Amino acid sequence: MIPLSWYLTLAAALFCIGLYGVLARKNAVAILMGIELMLNAVNIKLLDFWHYLTPTTVSGQMFAIIVFVVAASEAAVGLALIISIYRRRNTVVAEEIDLMKW
Amino acid sequence: MTPLQLIFLFTGAAILISAVMVVVAHNLVHAALWLVVSLFGVAVLFVLLEAGFLAAVQVVLYIGAIAILIIFAIMLTRRVMQDSGPQTNQQWWLSALIAVALFVALLWTLSQVAYPLANVPVPESYLITLGRSFVDPNQYALPFEVASVLLLVALIGSIVIAGEKGK
Amino acid sequence: MTPDLLTWLIPVPPLLAFFLIVLFTNKDKVLSHTIALVGIGLSWIWSLSIFLRVLGVEHFGEEENVIASSIPWLPVGAESLPMGVLVDPLTAVMLFFVSLACLMIFIYSVGYSNFGKPLDPHDQPGQPPHNGIEPLYSRFFAFLSLFAFGMLTLVVADNVLLMFIGWEIMGLCSYLLIGFWYARDYPDPKQITPRRAAVKAFMTTRVGDVLMLLGIVYLYFQTGTLSFREIMHANGGQAVSMLAGLDSFIPGLSVAGLIGLLLFAGTVGKSAQFPLHVWLPDAMEGPTPVSAMIHAATMVSAGVYAMVRLFPLLSAGWHHGGPLTPPMMAMAAIGAFTALFAATIAVAQNDVKKVLAYSTISQLGYMIAALGIGAYIAAAFHLVTHAFFKALLFLGSGSVIHGVEHGQHHVAHEASHSAKHEASAEAHDPSHNQQSAISNQQSFDPQNMLNMGGLRQKMPVTFWTFLIGGLALSGFPLITAGFWSKDAILGGAWEGEHFIVFAVLAVAAFLTAFYTMRQISLTFLGQPRTQAAEHAKENVWTMTLPLVILSFFAVTAGWVGIPEDFPVLGGLLPNWFHEFVGGTLLEHPPAEVFNLIPLATSLVVALGGLALGWLVYRNIPAGAEDPLQRALGPIHTLLKNKYYFDELYDFIFVRPVRWLSEVFVSAWMDKGLIDGLLHWIGRTSMRLGDAFRNYFDAPIINGAGDLVGEGVKRFGNSFRVIQTGKVQYYLLITMVAVIALGGVFLIFTR
Repeated sequence: MIPLSWYLTLAAALFCIGLYGVLARKNAVAILMGIELMLNAVNIKLLDFWHYLTPTTVSGQMFAIIVFVVAASEAAVGLALIISIYRRRNTVVAEEIDLMKW
Repeated sequence: MTPLQLIFLFTGAAILISAVMVVVAHNLVHAALWLVVSLFGVAVLFVLLEAGFLAAVQVVLYIGAIAILIIFAIMLTRRVMQDSGPQTNQQWWLSALIAVALFVALLWTLSQVAYPLANVPVPESYLITLGRSFVDPNQYALPFEVASVLLLVALIGSIVIAGEKGK
Repeated sequence: MTPDLLTWLIPVPPLLAFFLIVLFTNKDKVLSHTIALVGIGLSWIWSLSIFLRVLGVEHFGEEENVIASSIPWLPVGAESLPMGVLVDPLTAVMLFFVSLACLMIFIYSVGYSNFGKPLDPHDQPGQPPHNGIEPLYSRFFAFLSLFAFGMLTLVVADNVLLMFIGWEIMGLCSYLLIGFWYARDYPDPKQITPRRAAVKAFMTTRVGDVLMLLGIVYLYFQTGTLSFREIMHANGGQAVSMLAGLDSFIPGLSVAGLIGLLLFAGTVGKSAQFPLHVWLPDAMEGPTPVSAMIHAATMVSAGVYAMVRLFPLLSAGWHHGGPLTPPMMAMAAIGAFTALFAATIAVAQNDVKKVLAYSTISQLGYMIAALGIGAYIAAAFHLVTHAFFKALLFLGSGSVIHGVEHGQHHVAHEASHSAKHEASAEAHDPSHNQQSAISNQQSFDPQNMLNMGGLRQKMPVTFWTFLIGGLALSGFPLITAGFWSKDAILGGAWEGEHFIVFAVLAVAAFLTAFYTMRQISLTFLGQPRTQAAEHAKENVWTMTLPLVILSFFAVTAGWVGIPEDFPVLGGLLPNWFHEFVGGTLLEHPPAEVFNLIPLATSLVVALGGLALGWLVYRNIPAGAEDPLQRALGPIHTLLKNKYYFDELYDFIFVRPVRWLSEVFVSAWMDKGLIDGLLHWIGRTSMRLGDAFRNYFDAPIINGAGDLVGEGVKRFGNSFRVIQTGKVQYYLLITMVAVIALGGVFLIFTR
């Protein structure tokens, strides 16, 4: 049996890598990729817990499916946004999109 | 070490390494491809967790849709000479620090909990139960419908946002 | 109409005339003088009717046999000071001559102010007119009316306070009238201008008035009343005797004596006795009718009248033949001295009016001296006759001056005419000629007797009336009034065995006759000494008629007082004056015993003086020096400069007071101390305010406010930087916060 803690460690590491990607990458699309990683890590965790703690109920899976749905829609909208911004500003570097400031 | 554990270790390493490559790669297309690899790894993990359906969904959805979408987006927003120069912004060291700190914190938090392990195997008909719960009004019919609406909204929204003006 | 009501009314018409003229009719000259003349005319008619009425009363003046009426007026504590009128024999006589003299002077003023001539455009208001009507014509009559009111009030008053009120009104009017030509200025700064003369008159008489007021207050304090009858007549003169018995705080002086001396001080001022005589000669700056009125008939007589009225108080404790009381001694000494003193100065004066002024002072001295030695009737008698002939002399001198001025005008006009004919090539405008003519006039003094002469032919009426007046003044025997009154005084002095007084008065009489004849000779006799005198001409009827009327009285007024035992003439006419006026006192003064020596003395003195004057001065040619100057030398200079008394007073009194007011009070105290204090307060307050503003308000209070605002702004500014607009940055901050909070959470919930 694979101990739960291995899965958890893996998911945590994936999450943190994804976080690093979100925070540190310039390109907006790369940021989105980081976000996907994070979402995946969350999914892993969810299913971990489902498998190890409540395998008989469906709520764990359900949650994971909903996360899928959300991830999908968020990726779609986010990418649409990036394309729109690219059209306007001719850039996808997140740093250059800095109008929301004082 | 059981073979399952080995497979797990191997898969885990693949996920982590490709994830690292995603965030480090200069060339965005490479990063996207590495993302695909990582997602594949996650699908394998799902199989290990005896959630086969979700593994299939993962592959179809993430890799088949989202990753392709990302590659499309990369394509549409490419500029010449874009992939040269540093790909990280100024605060990457702080981000790394944060990531590590968060990792440590998470591990430590997770280790504090005494998990009530239910040593019960996954039922055979879990998929049917899952399917039934989608349409059962007492269970998850509503979230199901809401999820569909959400997808619809996202669909329309992204069309609107990314649509060209004056069309 | 009852006599008391009529008496109340006597002073009223001139007062009404004053108000009417001042308030309403100032612009209309004819209406103004009509109102004034009607006013004084009414007063004269009423005075005459009162006089005639009381003539027939037996024992008029005794006990209740007088016209008296009074009303309570000024509330003082529980009682009131009354205001009232009293007509006793003295008042009746005074009313007679005062109102007559005033009426004469009013009529004279019409002519003197050139009524009938048009207004000369060169004449300025406040300057004497040259050839046109007086510009301030109405004002003159208004002031004269007010003056007449004052005098009449004084005469009919029944108490000391009302008398004093009339006294002060006349003081005011003399100031107004002496300074009537207020804008007149002389090139010689030493010569006194009318304005300064008016102030001088007021100030000098004030000195006397203040002392008199003290006397009045003391009198009231001691007796509780100010009414004449109550003080001097009631209960057989009990009040007066009481006062005589009391001792005042000055050892040796009774209360009556002290009061008498104080009241006498008022007379010394008002009647220009030594040492307060200095204002009268300078008062000649006023127009001549004013000089006549104030300084002959009325104001100066008022001083003597007051003494005559208060004689019982002054002579309290004295009986005929006994030693004199202190006030009487003071009066005798000062009066006699003044008589001689003024006569010596008059001898050396060249201005026709100044001679008369000093003569007035001298004659007043006579009257005061007469009172001083107890010759009550003689003093009153001389008062009456003097008023007539002195008014006559003053008006006559005015007529002379007018005539000479007219002559001067004539001469100047002719000169300008001939100048025009000679320089017809040059365009002389008439105004230029007038200017030179006028300036010529200003340097020519029409009042200087040395510029006159020979006016007997040119101005006959004036000459004869002036001569009558002069003879009366000198005491020409028998036919002039002055003889009888002067003789009465000398007789009284001899009889009372006051030989020093007698001698002094006799010498003064000699000098009087001498300078009078000098004046007449220089003015009228001989040949004209200047062109102006050559061209002088007689004046209009309004000026000469009063002269004639007054000269009538100057002759006849003496005949009512012929002593009973005069050789030949005595007994022909009763000594009405003695009988009548004597009734004023509690006991009739005894009839004078006739003595040959005073008569002889007065004859010698009068005739001798007249003869000497005529001899010396009858034929002085033009430009000649005064013979007296050669004779007396430096003494003449001393006399001419009035013994330098003006200079002395200026040095002792005027200059220190001016220093006190200009330097000490005005500059040091007022401007330096008080203003300085105020300025200092102002400056210090301002500095304090500034200090507060600069060191406290601006930095601290403002600063605190500013600090708060600025501080918040800077704080905000410094925090702004975290809003970079970069999404990753925001996320980073969020993560940092999460980590931190998580750490805090974990640590604290161990």
